[in-house]
Amino acid sequence: MFSAMLGEAWRAMGANRLRTFLTMLGMVIGVASVVLMMAIGQGAQESVKDSINAMGSNLFIVLSGSSTAGGARSGSGNSSTLTVKDANAINELEGVSNVAPISMGNAQVVFAGNNWSTSIIGTTPTYLDIRGWELVDGYVFSDSDIRSATRVALVGQTVVDNIFGEADPIGKTIRIKQNPFVVLGVLKSKGQSLDGRDQDDTIIIPLSTAQRKILGNQFAGSVRQIMVQANTPEAMPMVEQNINGLLNQRHNIREGSDSDFFVRNLTAVANSAAETTRTMSLLLGAIASVSLLVGGIGIMNIMLVSVTERTREIGIRMAIGARERDILLQFLLEAIVISVIGCLIGLFIGITSAVLVNKLTQAAVVISGNSVTIAFAVAASVGIFFGFYPARKAARLNPIEALRYQ
Amino acid sequence: MAKNVVQVRDLFKDYQTAAGAITVLKQVDFSMEAGDFVAIMGPSGSGKSTFMNILGCLDKPTSGQYTLDGHEVASLDSNTLAKIRNQTIGFVFQGFNLLSRVSLLDNVALPLVYAGIDKAERQARAKLLLEKVGLGQHINSLPNQISGGQQQRVAIARALVNRPSLILADEPTGNLDSKTSEEIMALFSELNADGISIILVTHESDIAAHASRQVRFLDGRIVQDVRIVKDNRGTIEPADQEKESK
Repeated sequence: MFSAMLGEAWRAMGANRLRTFLTMLGMVIGVASVVLMMAIGQGAQESVKDSINAMGSNLFIVLSGSSTAGGARSGSGNSSTLTVKDANAINELEGVSNVAPISMGNAQVVFAGNNWSTSIIGTTPTYLDIRGWELVDGYVFSDSDIRSATRVALVGQTVVDNIFGEADPIGKTIRIKQNPFVVLGVLKSKGQSLDGRDQDDTIIIPLSTAQRKILGNQFAGSVRQIMVQANTPEAMPMVEQNINGLLNQRHNIREGSDSDFFVRNLTAVANSAAETTRTMSLLLGAIASVSLLVGGIGIMNIMLVSVTERTREIGIRMAIGARERDILLQFLLEAIVISVIGCLIGLFIGITSAVLVNKLTQAAVVISGNSVTIAFAVAASVGIFFGFYPARKAARLNPIEALRYQ
Repeated sequence: MAKNVVQVRDLFKDYQTAAGAITVLKQVDFSMEAGDFVAIMGPSGSGKSTFMNILGCLDKPTSGQYTLDGHEVASLDSNTLAKIRNQTIGFVFQGFNLLSRVSLLDNVALPLVYAGIDKAERQARAKLLLEKVGLGQHINSLPNQISGGQQQRVAIARALVNRPSLILADEPTGNLDSKTSEEIMALFSELNADGISIILVTHESDIAAHASRQVRFLDGRIVQDVRIVKDNRGTIEPADQEKESK
């Protein structure tokens, strides 16, 4: 019975191929644009998520107050107000999982006649854990390297490309501000950060080495930044409050006067960026859905014409024993077959053009099983929804009037 | 006495038109025994087509009683009526009413689709009937590839495919020439001889002569109801009044 009806639907569609094709085209364009837009939207979300992951999760950065010129600074003219000891104290706070003190600056790097200006980060091995950075080759320096201020370095991919070329960097000696450093490891490529900086254009060296040999520091143990990672997102407000309290106490800042440091919640910034892209991709999907809706209305329009044209046929079918639900099913099935085939073609075109967009513009696209399933389900429901009214109209025809219809 | 297939009592049918209600059928009483062959005659607008539609469960009377095979039709729901049209009644129309895009085989098999019979049996039964009406060579043709007489044979095969007990034919020869009409009427007579009850609407008295009973409508009433006896020479003469006295 059902297969016979499917055959009927197929035959009815074949009877007017151009019209069937044009009706289908509405669905094809609708589904293709939904798939493409969702692929682009999810691609954007995905690349933001990647940047966030490269940055690390649940992060605070504590900046020294030296960058602001202000009257209410404590101490006797120290511009660098944070110290390694501050970092160690923060590490003892509840809810804090990792702390990395950082000193940074730019320096010229030389290897075998090539030179390159890059950012130098002096820190501890914990820094890599906090940011979730990994090595593709070699190994990370240890805490003993920090204690003895050895001249070792981890290099980013951009640095490798610019001064090593094809050569294997591991074990080679590079010069940073004339000081020889042995390359211990190569960092895995991370791409751009949220603000567009190349995160691979960097060299990581032990904090103590950076302070003594490269960047210099105002007084022993001072650092520019301290990166703090909380255990959980929920712990972040408490941790932020505790850092403020602890540092105010350690720096002898009285209540009511300005602090000589800032605590920034990096994760909040990242989350708002993620939120923005999510909204964008929703917007893209919503716009594309409108074309799907238009395609559905096209199906309803053609099905109504079809019912009118085939009134006599409906009368004949009723006279020889078709029930109302048989007629309903026949026309509904026809609408569904049109929308499902249109949907399959649309999926194909949508996925192909998403791949093409990726090839031509390098923009990230993500075609998830989810978005394909959603597009398919929506198309099928559009077929049912917009096919139902014409089908019911057909099923409710009066058999005698239908038979008389010319 | 054979059981009545059709029993109609005190039937009225009104239509609402812009000019007001018009009564198409007025107090019609009619009964028919199983295996009978009734010709319904009368001028256009006399109500005979409306009467056929009611008998065929396509239309409902305004008032009155219609019993088909012992079932009170007014009490049946639309699904049961569809089942009756599918299995108890076979329709043959003046305009053949075949589906034009569909092969003869599938046209004949169509009622079996709605009866829920599987494909192999549908095709076997449809093929057998097409052979019986002399179209075994054309089962894959489309209706517009064969003649009118052949199309009417296909329509008759379709009416028979679900083994109905009653055939309703509305001017089945109206679009056919006289030679083809005779062939179609011979086919009906053959079916009647096999025990199928037939009600046939016609204008022409030589077509009606194939029936064993003639009912004449005028202005929505039955005005004449005669049984025809065929004598040895094949001539025809009217016989006893069959209409029940009130």
